[in-house]
Amino acid sequence: MPEIALAARDGHRVPPADADSAARAALSIRGLTVSYGEKPAVFSVDADFPAAAMSAIVGPNGAGKSTMLKAVLGMVPRLSGTVSVFGAPIEGMRRRLAYVPQRASVDWDFPATVRDVVLMGLYPQLGLIGRIGGAHSARAEACLARVGMADFGHRQIGQLSGGQQQRVFLARALAQEAELYLLDEPFAGVDAATERAIIEVLKDLRAAGKSVIAVHHDLATVRSYFDHVFLINVRPVAQGPVATAFTSETLHATYGGRLAATHLDELALAAI
Amino acid sequence: MGAEFVQLSLTPMLIGVLAAIACALPGNFLILRRQALIGDAIAHVVLPGIVVAFLITGTVAALPMLLGAAGAALVAVVLIEAIRRLGRIEPGAAMGVVFTTLFAGGVLILERTDTSTVHLDVEHALMGNLESLVWFAADGWGSLIDPAALAALPEELPRMAAVCLLVAALTALFWRWLKIATFDEGFAEALGLPVRAIGLGLVIVAAIAAVAAFDAVGSIIVIAMFICPPAAARLMTSRLGAQIAWSVGFAVLSAVLGYVLAGYGPLWLGQSNALSAAGMIATVSGALLGLAALFGPHRRREGAVAGA
Repeated sequence: MPEIALAARDGHRVPPADADSAARAALSIRGLTVSYGEKPAVFSVDADFPAAAMSAIVGPNGAGKSTMLKAVLGMVPRLSGTVSVFGAPIEGMRRRLAYVPQRASVDWDFPATVRDVVLMGLYPQLGLIGRIGGAHSARAEACLARVGMADFGHRQIGQLSGGQQQRVFLARALAQEAELYLLDEPFAGVDAATERAIIEVLKDLRAAGKSVIAVHHDLATVRSYFDHVFLINVRPVAQGPVATAFTSETLHATYGGRLAATHLDELALAAI
Repeated sequence: MGAEFVQLSLTPMLIGVLAAIACALPGNFLILRRQALIGDAIAHVVLPGIVVAFLITGTVAALPMLLGAAGAALVAVVLIEAIRRLGRIEPGAAMGVVFTTLFAGGVLILERTDTSTVHLDVEHALMGNLESLVWFAADGWGSLIDPAALAALPEELPRMAAVCLLVAALTALFWRWLKIATFDEGFAEALGLPVRAIGLGLVIVAAIAAVAAFDAVGSIIVIAMFICPPAAARLMTSRLGAQIAWSVGFAVLSAVLGYVLAGYGPLWLGQSNALSAAGMIATVSGALLGLAALFGPHRRREGAVAGA
């Protein structure tokens, strides 16, 4: 088990056990284990994600990245573990976080317009039967404008491209005006223009003091996009600032033989 | 269209319309959640539940019927789960096996039971007794403002009206929850919405509509109305609110047109016997779905397929 050896020997996987670091973190996870059937999908995760920063959750397919996020939100049952947001149990903090699910997790044939979907982000303000007023509409319009979709409000969502769908999901999250944004593979299968648009929005959020955590699959962009990285392969492998925790050594430990040496060279990670 | 219409046709037609609306409303969400089969299953398991409830209580009052249907639904869920696990077959097939078997079992029990004192037999279970729900006390449109005549309305009418109102009110009240949880369950959960309770509540409301409608109009209409009007409505629009409105429109049109065609269609063709109103209403709803599939403006979906 090379990753365990690494975790034990290497200072990068700071076991974030003290209450102090948890209080400062945007998201703090302790002892999280999730299992589908007998095999654990996420095993014994301790993690702290810093506030006002952009963090990536990185690992191979089937490593439990999305499962970890879903378990944090209570969408899949936790076998064990606690989750806190800005130092408080997550249950009472839901209005301060926004979740962007995987684009492919919903049926885009649903009868709704782009505006309808963005307004779903305002549900916590509107409640069950609160009226959608001019201010709400204006906020939805503004959020669409921020993702470059201002002209698409009345478009049926089934007519959108994959990148446009992802932007609509991001606009819905923006409408929530949260402090912590959790995104599941926001760049999966989107066009280059959309990827640029999304990363700009996320950087703006960080500049405004918001915290962003994304499940991310593209190793090539981890360094340029993110401040903090959490490497996982069922078990946590390494975590910390990208500069120190995202190295050829930690990547080998995370991906094992699945990552070719040439690929690592391309990432120019060897010389740190 | 005078006194005779009010006395013989008005109340059955109204009951048919109310039953159709009560089933079509939850049917919209069942279809969007890819759970259309659940509506079908509910409509089937209601029969054995009602028969057993009658055997135990000896009445066809609303509450025992509802409890019986709920009990049957519970048995069905347990059986489906057991068959799925022990037989290792897919849930849809397990559901299909269970609800047809329970329905057939209900038919057998019904045949062996003395139900001569109440309106409960196999034919009634399938087609209801819409034609017999006439308003004897009425002698014209004036009866609609005559308290004595109104008091003698067939009891199915106020009951179906109350259930229809309840279903409509719940749909309106929980509109936003239903919409968000149906479109994006993960997002709804992250918001803290009780998505499991929403899903369960929808099935319960569908079951209430099914039990109430079953008594008056039989299972054929219930099955048809859960699926045909909402499915046709989806082909007419791509807005959820408009889809609900269209589905109500189709439900009303099916009930009225089906009732009229069943009663007068054979006469127009020179034959003497009327046809089953329930059968004709369900057939009309299927024909409307067929027309929507051929000519509906939103039958072709554009853009990217999810996950592409």
